[in-house]
Amino acid sequence: MANLKTSEKKSKAQSMGLHTEVLTGKTQQKFFNPDEAENFYYFGTYDVDFNKRTEIDVKNMDCREANKKIDELMKDGYGTIVIKNPQGKHSLGVGILNKLNLIFEGSLGYFGCGSMDGPIVRINGRVGWSCAENMMAGKVVIEKNAGSCFGAAIRGGDLICKGSVGARTGIDQKGGTIIIGGDAGAFTGFMMQRGRIIILGDVGINLGDSMYDGTIFVGGKIGSFGSDAVEAELTDSDQDWLKRKLKVAEIGENFDVSKMTKVVAGKKLWNYDALEPTEKKGAI
Amino acid sequence: MCGIAGLIHRGNTSNVGFELQGMLQALKHRGEDSTGYALYGKTDGENFIMRFKVGENVAEGSSSVKEDVSVYDERKKIVDSYLSELGAKVIKEDRILPYSLRYEIQYDKDLMEFSQKIESVEGVEILSMGKSLEVIKDLGNAEVVCNRYNLDKVVGTHAIGHARMATESGVDIKSAHPFWGYPFSDVSVVHNGQLTNYWNNRRVLENKGMRFMSECDSELIAVYLAEKMRNGATLEEGMKESLVGLDGVFTYFVATKDSLGMAKDTMAAKPLVLFESDDLVAMGSEEIAIRSILPQEIETYDPFDGEVKVWQI
Repeated sequence: MANLKTSEKKSKAQSMGLHTEVLTGKTQQKFFNPDEAENFYYFGTYDVDFNKRTEIDVKNMDCREANKKIDELMKDGYGTIVIKNPQGKHSLGVGILNKLNLIFEGSLGYFGCGSMDGPIVRINGRVGWSCAENMMAGKVVIEKNAGSCFGAAIRGGDLICKGSVGARTGIDQKGGTIIIGGDAGAFTGFMMQRGRIIILGDVGINLGDSMYDGTIFVGGKIGSFGSDAVEAELTDSDQDWLKRKLKVAEIGENFDVSKMTKVVAGKKLWNYDALEPTEKKGAI
Repeated sequence: MCGIAGLIHRGNTSNVGFELQGMLQALKHRGEDSTGYALYGKTDGENFIMRFKVGENVAEGSSSVKEDVSVYDERKKIVDSYLSELGAKVIKEDRILPYSLRYEIQYDKDLMEFSQKIESVEGVEILSMGKSLEVIKDLGNAEVVCNRYNLDKVVGTHAIGHARMATESGVDIKSAHPFWGYPFSDVSVVHNGQLTNYWNNRRVLENKGMRFMSECDSELIAVYLAEKMRNGATLEEGMKESLVGLDGVFTYFVATKDSLGMAKDTMAAKPLVLFESDDLVAMGSEEIAIRSILPQEIETYDPFDGEVKVWQI
């Protein structure tokens, strides 16, 4: 277990007076001890074989039935599952905490592939609002357009839309990478905290409004900058990373990344204080 | 949360009553308090069709006070006498439900004066007035309302509809969408969202002689556009002005005799999915609404913030 009490290396946040509380207590001991990881049971995870492939037609299923069926197939060891006729249904492919190749032959409605951790998903259609919300890890590729709140609050993984996306893409993003091949709507990167967003096309008004941290790269025109979002210098390492990422994402491989605009938080709205909780109590 | 849906066949007619019923029923999880249809039917274009109510549906869940059918009869009698006074000739009369009526009328004078006279009867509201438009709205989901009014066989060019979850006003027909763009023939509006400067706008518009029948914020859109058009603006110009004049979050559809339009607020806070082809435009709050009439794989997209679009038949 990482000894948080004796850790000497300070992060930038700590040097600014944040996170100086020593993490203690049962919860920390229980959840942050890697030595005991093998004793944990992860609900909904199975050993699957990517070469074991099957198809299901969800035309006459509701989302619960379809998601249950995916779970049963993973339980039976299927590592590649093709979903036929999703027909814009909501909440398909959610809560998958497993390695899996999941292919949707059609479009999804709202909240598709939400709260997942690990699978590689390809959607040969479009997606509605809040696709891949809260994704922890994995990769989702959408061949057509996406609705608003694309990748809301994702913590990790790669989320790729080859078409255009609606408003508030990457709202509250906490990690991972969102890549858009087309245009993005208003309030892209609204209140984002970590991670990166790449938009090859144009972006709407209030880009990066109230962002705490993270980075947004835009290839086209920017409608307007949001509150506390500022342009930053595009470094060589940024360009190298962009090229690599676009190649891996099967999108914009030959895009001229040197002309992209880099947007970060101006940090003028940061309003943390350096008081410890006990000191704060005293002050109040 | 409410659901809206609309479609327009360009250069063709179709069974729009049945199609819209399917689209709205797919959105019933967004609200089942009431459902409304604005259907632009295939008519001879000679006479006005007036859809009006002389009372409310007082079924379970309604926020209206129960009235005796004799009250409805009395109101109908007064309306009939007023029509005669106005010089309007009733060609055909259908009493679909005790409180809901459909008249075909020959009339060639001012619609504002006409409407004011008819609606001066307590409890009477004109739901729509037009040579093509018919607004039908009642409590219940799309299927219930469709069956109650036999809408599934209505043939026409375009239609808009609304599945309502009542949040800011009562569960009654007067607060249900679509709203007629009084006093303009054949104009109707449905809306998903909230308008935050409703009362300010309402006071201004009432001072200009415009009429409000409910306290539903969505009615403001119909009245706002009607006032703009009364002052010479085109529908599209009025819709573009509404993006600044109306505050809040909204996606709304407006339809006229030969066109269908959509507008989305500048924050794009309310959903809309759109399918557009040479002969059909279909749109709704969710893709499943469009899929109810186009189950095959299709290209759809979300219009961006502050977008206004208008299509002609």
